[in-house]
Amino acid sequence: MITQAIFRAIDRKAIWLVSILLLVAVAVPAANLIIPPGQFGHIPVYLVTLFGKYLTYAMLALALDLVWGYCGILSLGHGAFFALGGYAMGMYLMRQVGDRGVYANPDLPDFMVFLNWQELPWYWLGFDNFWFACAMVMLVPGTLAFIFGFLAFRSRVTGVYLSIMTQAMTYALLLAFFRNDMGFGGNNGLTDFKEILGASVQADTTRAALFAATAVGLAISVLICSTIVNSKLGKVMIAVRDAESRTRFLGYRVEYVKLFAFTVSAVIAGVAGALYVPQIGIINPGEFAPANSIEVVIWTAVGGRGTIIGPIIGAVLVNVGKSYFTGAFPEIWLFALGALFVVTTLFLPKGIVGLIGQYRTMTTRREQHQRPEPTEHKPASDVQPKPAE
Amino acid sequence: MPVIKPFAILMLLLGLAFAANTPSLAQAPDAELSTLVDALGPGSFKDRTAAIDALTQTGDPRVVPVFETLAAGDLYMVKTSGKVVFIAKSGAEQALTDPVTNADLDTAAKSDLDKVKVNNSLRRTLRTAIGQLTLLSPNDSVRLAAAQSILRDADPDSLELLESAIANETDPTIKATMITARAIIILKLDATSLEQKRAAVPLVAAIGGRDALAQLSAALASAPDELKLTIQSNIDGLARDQAAWDVAQNVWYGISLGSVLLLAAIGLAITFGVMGVINMAHGEMVMLGAYTTFAVQETIRQNAPGLFDYSLAIALPLAFLITALVGIAIERGVIRWLYGRALETLLATWGISLILQQAVRSLFGPTNRQVGNPTWMSGGFELGGISITYSRLWIVVFAAVIFFALLLVLKRTALGLQMRAVTQNRRMASAMGIRTPFVDAMTFGLGSGIAGLAGVALSQIDNVSPNLGQGYIIDSFMVVVFGGVGNLWGTLVGAMTLGIANKFLEPYAGAVLGKIIILVLIILFIQRRPRGLFALKGRSIEA
Repeated sequence: MITQAIFRAIDRKAIWLVSILLLVAVAVPAANLIIPPGQFGHIPVYLVTLFGKYLTYAMLALALDLVWGYCGILSLGHGAFFALGGYAMGMYLMRQVGDRGVYANPDLPDFMVFLNWQELPWYWLGFDNFWFACAMVMLVPGTLAFIFGFLAFRSRVTGVYLSIMTQAMTYALLLAFFRNDMGFGGNNGLTDFKEILGASVQADTTRAALFAATAVGLAISVLICSTIVNSKLGKVMIAVRDAESRTRFLGYRVEYVKLFAFTVSAVIAGVAGALYVPQIGIINPGEFAPANSIEVVIWTAVGGRGTIIGPIIGAVLVNVGKSYFTGAFPEIWLFALGALFVVTTLFLPKGIVGLIGQYRTMTTRREQHQRPEPTEHKPASDVQPKPAE
Repeated sequence: MPVIKPFAILMLLLGLAFAANTPSLAQAPDAELSTLVDALGPGSFKDRTAAIDALTQTGDPRVVPVFETLAAGDLYMVKTSGKVVFIAKSGAEQALTDPVTNADLDTAAKSDLDKVKVNNSLRRTLRTAIGQLTLLSPNDSVRLAAAQSILRDADPDSLELLESAIANETDPTIKATMITARAIIILKLDATSLEQKRAAVPLVAAIGGRDALAQLSAALASAPDELKLTIQSNIDGLARDQAAWDVAQNVWYGISLGSVLLLAAIGLAITFGVMGVINMAHGEMVMLGAYTTFAVQETIRQNAPGLFDYSLAIALPLAFLITALVGIAIERGVIRWLYGRALETLLATWGISLILQQAVRSLFGPTNRQVGNPTWMSGGFELGGISITYSRLWIVVFAAVIFFALLLVLKRTALGLQMRAVTQNRRMASAMGIRTPFVDAMTFGLGSGIAGLAGVALSQIDNVSPNLGQGYIIDSFMVVVFGGVGNLWGTLVGAMTLGIANKFLEPYAGAVLGKIIILVLIILFIQRRPRGLFALKGRSIEA
């Protein structure tokens, strides 16, 4: 009874969250376009783009939370799915440049002309079509995650081994995309975009529309994730996280559960990347850097893993902090980020959202005994040195 | 030009006649030689030729550098005194050196100096004269050096000189070098006869290696048809030898890379194996070790430059101590609160690695730091067709020493016994009275200290920058994961396999693609053996 009530509450929370995001999707572009500059309430276009970027990060963090927070798979390679989605979108945008590039070649992007390529490689075909590109945005990361996950989960690669493998995966992709012969622009990546769906990527209206699209995308991701985690499958995922062997002995196919979560998560990450690229205006191999992927983990951890709203809060907060610190005190940023990793893992195992929960349980101490914690397998107060098994 | 050439030959003959007459070419008195050198300065090119002639006839080895400087157009004459001097830039002025005695003279402004001019015919005369002074020098080592230099350059113009030198040569080694040099020149020249060329081919082939291959390939194009088959078969033979040596060279490079990987990974293998802790800050321990070396070298440079060759010996214990202490501090401060939560440990140590990187960046600056090689680590040597640099050789030796020392610690000391016990079954070890927290701290200290030692070694071959550790961390993980946890031999095999496989893939796939292939192969390998090559057996491993 009690647990059911809690789940209903989470569901209601998700609905609230989706409503807020949809409101933001309408209000922010409106505040940018309708309210004239200088007047109270006007949001300058650079802020719209900046927060659009944060929302794509929030989507990425949410995707990671689905596998880490709910399924116990710490992926250190989610940046790779994000970047792959970004590249798919970048390829579409590149094709839209057409003959307006520096070399005015109607078919080939500038970097291919520069490298003396004669024709478009086969894997670039079709990317002039927006919907094809959109399909690829989801298919490419999804397929990679499916294959990688299928191999890894089937042979029961778990824990830190899996983390290291995902890191190796993104590192291999980083190296691969740095190569000029790969046909993805090498070191410089894809940039100098002109238009998306016929609208200039520089225009204020396009930027506002992209922001709205990102907010809506995030809202949809929240819906998908909360539906999954509140379903029976979601409960199995949590069971896998908390006691994998036990779940397997109960007869569940743990590897399929994990594979499902991993693939869905990769697709969400890919879409986030696709929304990120037109707003930022560039995608390069640096997005594959293992350090980026680990940073995503800390956004999720800071916000609170195993919750839907946590990663969104975490991603936005950490990135606002990053924007501020790297501008104001560039030396301090890495200290702050490093400290954030240590402090979060030591003192905030449930993140900021968990902190609110901790506060609430402190005020209503008696209730705590009756209410089990379904989303966290270890109580926050358990910081006693405990031997590894 | 055609007028000059017979003249040069005449000069040569004159010189040869002289050289033959005076087998013991004694050193001329300084004053006399100085007068002759000074005669190079004034007058026309013709006068200069006469002066060169006179200098050649002294047969004095000190003339050679004068000629070489003159040929390079770097010989100067002081306007006022008419003295011919070597110059070297020293501030705004030029520092003068006496060409004969090598004594330092005054400094002078460039405007007070006249360049001793040379033209092409004079250069040719000089070359002949130098050859004569060196190839025909009474000193064995001078002759050998001269023969080797001709072997390198294979200048067709020196053929006549070489012929006469071979005729006069008594030392068999030097004679052989000269004959080989002659063979190369013969193959190069069109004028030589077919018989001469046929005889020359095996001589050139006998040099072996890439040099011979290049010489023969060049000769093949211009060779007469009758000779082409001989040359081709020699080339094939050489190419086969070369391929074998290339394999050997690749193995060596692979071992060298493997040792680097082993050094970087072995500390990680210990902490991971014993404590199940993924230490993402491991690379930064390597970096700290490298910076310790840098700091030690800086201190030595400023206070006791004579000790520079011992800088690494001083840096090793220091680096071990510093990184071990940092490691113990990390273990006591952060990691011990996170046991049993491996993924959180991974994140916390990643945070520590960011802090350490930024700390070093703030202290030492973001740019690469120069760490010098002691003299005993610079240079290299050839072993058959393999070239081996001393720095790489020492790193291989060092890695082997560390490996076996560590093996000894694990197998023969009380701490090692306790560490192995904790690796195999932590609870049982604890029940037997082993202080597992103490063992954890010591293990982490040991692993970190070894990373510091690796940093000292890597500072010799890599850029010392705050990002040094980042470059090794993924590779080290690959080695540990591939080799299997809790077994040092696994780490050794893993490091060597990855190193050699990498170097063998490189020529075919390129460095980057080779690395990608290796990563993909490891990812696939882990599917087959999720616990690595040498996995610990037993239920305790399954978390």
